[in-house]
Amino acid sequence: MSNELLNELTVFVLSIFVGIEVISKVPTILHTPLMSGTNAIHGIILVGAIVIAAGANSPVTVILGLVAVILATTNVVGGFVVTDRMLEMFKGRQTAGRAQGAQNQKPVAPVTPK
Amino acid sequence: MNTLITLAYLVAAVCFILGLKQLSSPKSARNGNFTAAFGMVIALLATLPQLRFTTAGVIIITIGVIIGTAVGAVGARMVKMTAIPQMVALFNGVGGGAAALVAVAELLRFGDHPPLAEALPSVFSIVIGSVSFAGSMVAFAKLQELMTGTPITYPGQQIVNGILAAAILGFVIAILAVASIPFSFISLMVLALVLGVAFVLPIGGADMPVVISLLNAFTGLAVAASGFLLNNFALIVAGTLVGASGSLLTKMMSDAMGRSLGNVLFGAFGKTQAGAVAVAGKEGRSVRSGNAEDLGTLLAYSQRVIIVPGYGLAVAQAQHAARELADVLEKRGVEVTYAIHPVAGRMPGHMNVLLAEANVPYEQLKEMDEVNDEFKNADVALIVGANDVVNPSARNAPGSPIYGMPILNADQAKNIVFMKRSMRPGFAGIDNDLMYDPKTIMFFGDAKDSLTKLVSAVKAA
Repeated sequence: MSNELLNELTVFVLSIFVGIEVISKVPTILHTPLMSGTNAIHGIILVGAIVIAAGANSPVTVILGLVAVILATTNVVGGFVVTDRMLEMFKGRQTAGRAQGAQNQKPVAPVTPK
Repeated sequence: MNTLITLAYLVAAVCFILGLKQLSSPKSARNGNFTAAFGMVIALLATLPQLRFTTAGVIIITIGVIIGTAVGAVGARMVKMTAIPQMVALFNGVGGGAAALVAVAELLRFGDHPPLAEALPSVFSIVIGSVSFAGSMVAFAKLQELMTGTPITYPGQQIVNGILAAAILGFVIAILAVASIPFSFISLMVLALVLGVAFVLPIGGADMPVVISLLNAFTGLAVAASGFLLNNFALIVAGTLVGASGSLLTKMMSDAMGRSLGNVLFGAFGKTQAGAVAVAGKEGRSVRSGNAEDLGTLLAYSQRVIIVPGYGLAVAQAQHAARELADVLEKRGVEVTYAIHPVAGRMPGHMNVLLAEANVPYEQLKEMDEVNDEFKNADVALIVGANDVVNPSARNAPGSPIYGMPILNADQAKNIVFMKRSMRPGFAGIDNDLMYDPKTIMFFGDAKDSLTKLVSAVKAA
């Protein structure tokens, strides 16, 4: 087994544990945004699509590269934008909560989201 | 790969991990998305200088990025909040497709005899990426109601799927052992696409979120495999992170429904047992239905009202009307809270997103565990377009397909107002005993119209 493959395996295995650990305490309300966010992150395949498209030199590789870049870019851009749209609303809600708190004349205590 | 690029990839990887961490908390979630996007930009910028471009390469990358950005941005901006789940499915599917194509293109470079270290990850990426692509498209079609949302089953389905999987395995072994027969991976890809479709067909619409989450994890793994193929650390780290966290998220989602993942995937939920239960439920029982004026009075003179929103509220775009009703009630001194079931809507957290859109204050939203003990003190449980999440057979009918699913104790409230379009069973296709409860008053109609009528009735009361 080559050194490079060994390094890659190490990174792979450690990433599994990090991936599980990092989201182990996510509240239910964030399940959908989190799924959408991870969905955007695997759009990193765009890096791979660009690597294979860059060297395209035959009709087959041109078509493969073009389609791969289109699909991967859609994944990245759509993924991050749609996640932001969801989360934008969470922010709106917290501001709304604060505004209401102010109306009820409790201006000093900031509303802390759970 | 030179040092600078590797370091840039390391920074990108840290951004992804921090981004995921921030996405797990409501306070920092939006920043988390930005952090991850920033990591993505770094990874992309670091990649470009190391490449040698052909003219064709420059052209297709430019065109591809422009088209992809337009489709992604417009699609994500235009989509209605209720259609978010199928949009996530779509974006996930194209990612899986991209991973499979990258693997095909890379495998082509090695000609007829790819070394094992290249062939293994590429066939993995081709198979998993294609399954994810085709499966996501079916999930999209089901949620978008381009096709029926009920499970599609036929005799011997599991056997056919088994044969498909075996055929794919055979192909994989042939490619790895014998050497790649020209274009054999095209056949492999076609088989995997068929398997993706066949795999999702028997799964009902209500279970789609779990399937999308699983396919999301699949795409992550396909991306990681492409990373091994291209010796690219950014792809390995990001793909594996998504594969691992996506798998955990899938498990959390099926846990929230009180079911095992195997039951979700192979149970053809909402098809087999539902018929019997529904017939038994309908025999000789009557329901009580009320008019807006009576219900308005009931609500106006209550002390505590708990609103149970469901997908019916979402499709009718009734979240603003619901907030308006809550506002007029609160003006009269009625205490109003919203009880949010973990899988209300069509995805966990979906309902919170929709109510947030209507500026419902955060403090009024209560999760199931928090609110379940409060139902017995509530004067009215107002169920708006929800059904399965308040179905008592989850608690007391061991034969029911949803038996064991945690539900909201709406049946313990002093009065239950059940707002629904018709007596039709819910998404899971099961009859609901709560509709026949003597404490229950049915209020038929579109959720938005009905809520608007209630608002005027409360004002008049």
